[in-house]
Amino acid sequence: MKNILELLEATAARLPDAPAFCDETQTFTWAETLAAARAIGTALAGQGATGRPVALYLAHTAPCILAMLGVVAAGGFYTVLDTAQPAERIARITTQLAPALLLTDAAHLPAAAALAVPTLTLEDALATPPDAARLNTIRTAAVDADLAYVLFTSGSTGLPKGVAITHRNLLAYSEWAAATFAISEKTVFGNQTPFYFSMSVTDIYVALRTGACVQVLPRRLFSFPVQLLDYLTAKGVNTLYWVPSALGIVANWKALDYTALPPLTTILFAGEVMPTAKLNYWRAHYPAARFANLYGPTETTDICAYYELTRAFADDEALPIGRACDNCALLVLKDGKAVPPGEEGELCARGSFLAAGYYAMPEKTAERFIQNPLQPHYPEVIYRTGDLVRWNERGELVYCGRIDHQIKHRGYRIELGEVETAAFGQEKLESCACLYDPPRDRLVLFYQAKRDVAEPLRQRLAGRLPSYMCPAVYCRVKRMPQNANGKIDRKELQTLLEKA
Amino acid sequence: MHTIEEILAILAEVKPGLAPTAEEELIKTGLLDSVEVMSLVMSLSEEFDIEITPLDLKEENFHTAAAILALVERLENE
Repeated sequence: MKNILELLEATAARLPDAPAFCDETQTFTWAETLAAARAIGTALAGQGATGRPVALYLAHTAPCILAMLGVVAAGGFYTVLDTAQPAERIARITTQLAPALLLTDAAHLPAAAALAVPTLTLEDALATPPDAARLNTIRTAAVDADLAYVLFTSGSTGLPKGVAITHRNLLAYSEWAAATFAISEKTVFGNQTPFYFSMSVTDIYVALRTGACVQVLPRRLFSFPVQLLDYLTAKGVNTLYWVPSALGIVANWKALDYTALPPLTTILFAGEVMPTAKLNYWRAHYPAARFANLYGPTETTDICAYYELTRAFADDEALPIGRACDNCALLVLKDGKAVPPGEEGELCARGSFLAAGYYAMPEKTAERFIQNPLQPHYPEVIYRTGDLVRWNERGELVYCGRIDHQIKHRGYRIELGEVETAAFGQEKLESCACLYDPPRDRLVLFYQAKRDVAEPLRQRLAGRLPSYMCPAVYCRVKRMPQNANGKIDRKELQTLLEKA
Repeated sequence: MHTIEEILAILAEVKPGLAPTAEEELIKTGLLDSVEVMSLVMSLSEEFDIEITPLDLKEENFHTAAAILALVERLENE
């Protein structure tokens, strides 16, 4: 197999009338999805998209997935833009990407026009009669190292980096994810993550491989946890792959106690550290469900390590990130050498999930995608994640924080994540983030809770952490700022800190 | 009794620049995202000393300033 459309074609042949991609108002079957991809692919190929990038400027709804598959059918590769982002950041992305076309819909056409890229509407593309001969010619010339999409992540310098993902990456990754979590045509994913975020790739491409249905969840329901659960029940959603903050909204409101439990059998999470207390709330309500903590940067397609929960964890005990996915190898390196168990080092990954690199950024690519220092005999690329990990006594990987979140305070090296984990046993705590305030040389814990719990938190941490790790200031926020992916926005907190 | 102006003032505090009419749709239009709704819930609870339960946290209670006002008055009378 060399092209992800082969997965779509096989599934459409096997389950033509089964629901594939759905949102609040529309349902597309597998046969309709394939037909749409061919129509859009024909339209885009006719406008020179083959072998070139196409930007998608569409809402977080099922038709956006049809557009992605249409770009791939045209032999091009897509980038999903966040329509809610400031025009300036979108312009930075389109400047780097230099797309052949921008695919949008009538509703977004006025805003899209400002981006100064040749534009085609999805409505027009869908109305195009498919040209089978042309699409076959494109497919014959394709190889599995061709790009499927470029996903932009925030760069530390403020310039977004486009992670270039190939068909081979998606084929290998979706094979692992489908087999590991026993995803089948009986699976109904409740898609929470936006399509410009790597986690959505799991929902979409594992569905393509297995015939699972993807229910794209309306974003506004994440404000109303009981209604969100009722929606999952109404749509028969049985599998979640959400960011911990989204699972945390349900736990903070104890929403599972207020309505019928949705028929969930598999609950997966990734993207940030899962507060174990919130997870325990979910586990108490779903004792028979499978829970797994997934870990991976966008540069490994989505995931490179995972930990399936098979034992109980205390509320303030950190979850491991477990072990490498099949067909993916993980190295823990320090100064170019493997570290012994128990010692911290930088996590590096190699294998078929590894992205081709950063789009149009050879220097950034060379910085992070490097020759494996443990194997100097032939070219072999590993990706440096920038995450610190160690092997624990069980042989599992434990996440210790970002290399750039590691700070020196009073001469001690401190992982801010460790402070957050210790804080999380405080029962009223809904969310927290620990930051270092260099000008004042102190730690500040931002937390969200329905009432002031600074004193109980202070006592709790004093009993669990050495004094140099205890925050000097406890700052209650009405809302923890979130970035576009729904994760805690540490940059905004840093700004608050600087202003204070 | 409270006034719609009190609700509008809280909305402007939660999201600076937000100045909807009493009946303007806040949720489906995306004017308030989930983080802002949580912030609004906390402000309303503190300002009016009411307890908003998970069952009160429904779209129909928050979709306009007028609906928010009705929720506050109902909870105060409970």
